[in-house]
Amino acid sequence: MAYLKLDHVDKVFTRGAATTEVLKDINLTIEKGEYVSIIGHSGCGKSTMLNIVAGLTTATTGGVLLEEREVNSPGPDRAVVFQNHSLLPWLTVYENVRLGVDKVFAKTKTRAERDAWTMHNLNLVQMAHAKDKRPNEISGGMKQRVGIARALAMEPKVLLLDEPFGALDALTRAHLQDSVMALHQKLGNTILMITHDVDEAVLLSDRIVMMTNGPSAHIGEVLEVALPRPRKRLELATNPTYVKCRQRVLEFLYERHRFVEAA
Amino acid sequence: MSMPALTNDSVPKVVPTASASATASVVTMTPKQPPKAERYVKMAREAAVRVVPPLIVLALFLIVWELLCRRAGSALPPPSRVFSDTRELIFDPFFDHGGIDKGLFWHLEASLRRVAIGYAIAAVVGVALGTLIGQSVWAMRGLDPIFQVLRTIPPLAWLPLSLAAFRDGQPSAIFVIFITSVWPIIINTAVGIRNIPQDYRNVAAVVQLNPLEFFAKIMIPAAAPYIFTGLRIGIGLSWLAIVAAEMLIGGVGIGFFIWDAWNSSHISEIILALFYVGIIGFVLDRLIAVVGKVVTRGTATN
Repeated sequence: MAYLKLDHVDKVFTRGAATTEVLKDINLTIEKGEYVSIIGHSGCGKSTMLNIVAGLTTATTGGVLLEEREVNSPGPDRAVVFQNHSLLPWLTVYENVRLGVDKVFAKTKTRAERDAWTMHNLNLVQMAHAKDKRPNEISGGMKQRVGIARALAMEPKVLLLDEPFGALDALTRAHLQDSVMALHQKLGNTILMITHDVDEAVLLSDRIVMMTNGPSAHIGEVLEVALPRPRKRLELATNPTYVKCRQRVLEFLYERHRFVEAA
Repeated sequence: MSMPALTNDSVPKVVPTASASATASVVTMTPKQPPKAERYVKMAREAAVRVVPPLIVLALFLIVWELLCRRAGSALPPPSRVFSDTRELIFDPFFDHGGIDKGLFWHLEASLRRVAIGYAIAAVVGVALGTLIGQSVWAMRGLDPIFQVLRTIPPLAWLPLSLAAFRDGQPSAIFVIFITSVWPIIINTAVGIRNIPQDYRNVAAVVQLNPLEFFAKIMIPAAAPYIFTGLRIGIGLSWLAIVAAEMLIGGVGIGFFIWDAWNSSHISEIILALFYVGIIGFVLDRLIAVVGKVVTRGTATN
């Protein structure tokens, strides 16, 4: 049974008389606990697709089903980790996470429990030590950790990651990828991630959804990554399955669906 | 630790990397604090750099003024005359002989009270209307053109109308303060609200904040730097307007004091009053700036 289902999703943007079809007939089902990546060139509508799942944009036709129920407005059951962290700069790290916790568990948890739950999630991403710092006092990688903690703390059914490591340097990115992998292993979240990094997609995902170029982007190919977990970055580099998967994605992106306007 | 010292010359490649990483981690963990005495000396020097030049300019200005106005028959009194004439007013600002014969403190207090009331109303109304215009496209289309016209009306032009409406000097002065300072607050708040990044709105949507929570937790903090810009312009304008308004409505207040001094040909008193008006305007501006700085800490630097 599909846990999350995108059912014949089309998205058309209309500005005045001009209409642009961004997404065409997107069908995708994701099982509970699965880690799915969406990869494609910039402008192919990956982010639009994630925003539709998040409910921040509505599909022109078709819809999104979560546990058999249609979702078309944003909510904490589909928490988003934004590319640019989107922490509120006037709140401390703790308050940023607490904001979501207070709303989601307003009725089900006491004050003390909400405090404990906030700290628990900060501990999960190893950011408890900076709880009283403001976002502009911590590094980019740390901000993204807090963003992940904020999303996790809402106990989402699906965790949506919108190029979560895109703005980070290579070393921090690798470190954070390992953290996300460990969290996925530990908590068993269902994760939908947007990325444009082939290695990241292969390393983290159970399945990779490859998007064709827009306009009218659709799912070109879905690749199963049959690598056992837990995965170790260093060991995978020479693993034949890893290499083959990587090869498949690269071929898709750079041979069959080369980015036309590539700079 | 002793290794690099021994092999300093023979293995040049290893030494810099090892020491570089070591110092780097030390620096990030414990930033060095200069000794206290040294810091105080530095602070004193910085303060002196800021205070001394204006003091010198002020002294020069007073000397030139003194020299220019010293000769007999000059229209304006020199600073020494101003001081001797107004000595009583300076050293006893609290006297109250009934009627309009009051110390400067009471005049300033009356003016400040009017400004406080008018400005407070302007701040509340301005932020509320600004939020409306910033948030709703239709409110902006409907109200913005009208506000753009109204805000160009000089403050004193409102006074006769408000006197006709309120039939009393006190509420009319307060209304003039309100109508003067409300426009920059409205306009800046609206710009601030319109410039709230989509990211923050998305966060609020995912967390499902209700409109009231969104207003208090996202809009006001996010727009705070803009709001305070408006508030700061507003307080300056209201202090400008109050003196002019009080000259016309009479009674008590620093504006009236100046007008009364002019009618009695007490030029020295006018100069003293101008000095106070300037200082208080400066303090009001600083006050709002400091409040703004405290409230918006973190927001301005994203």
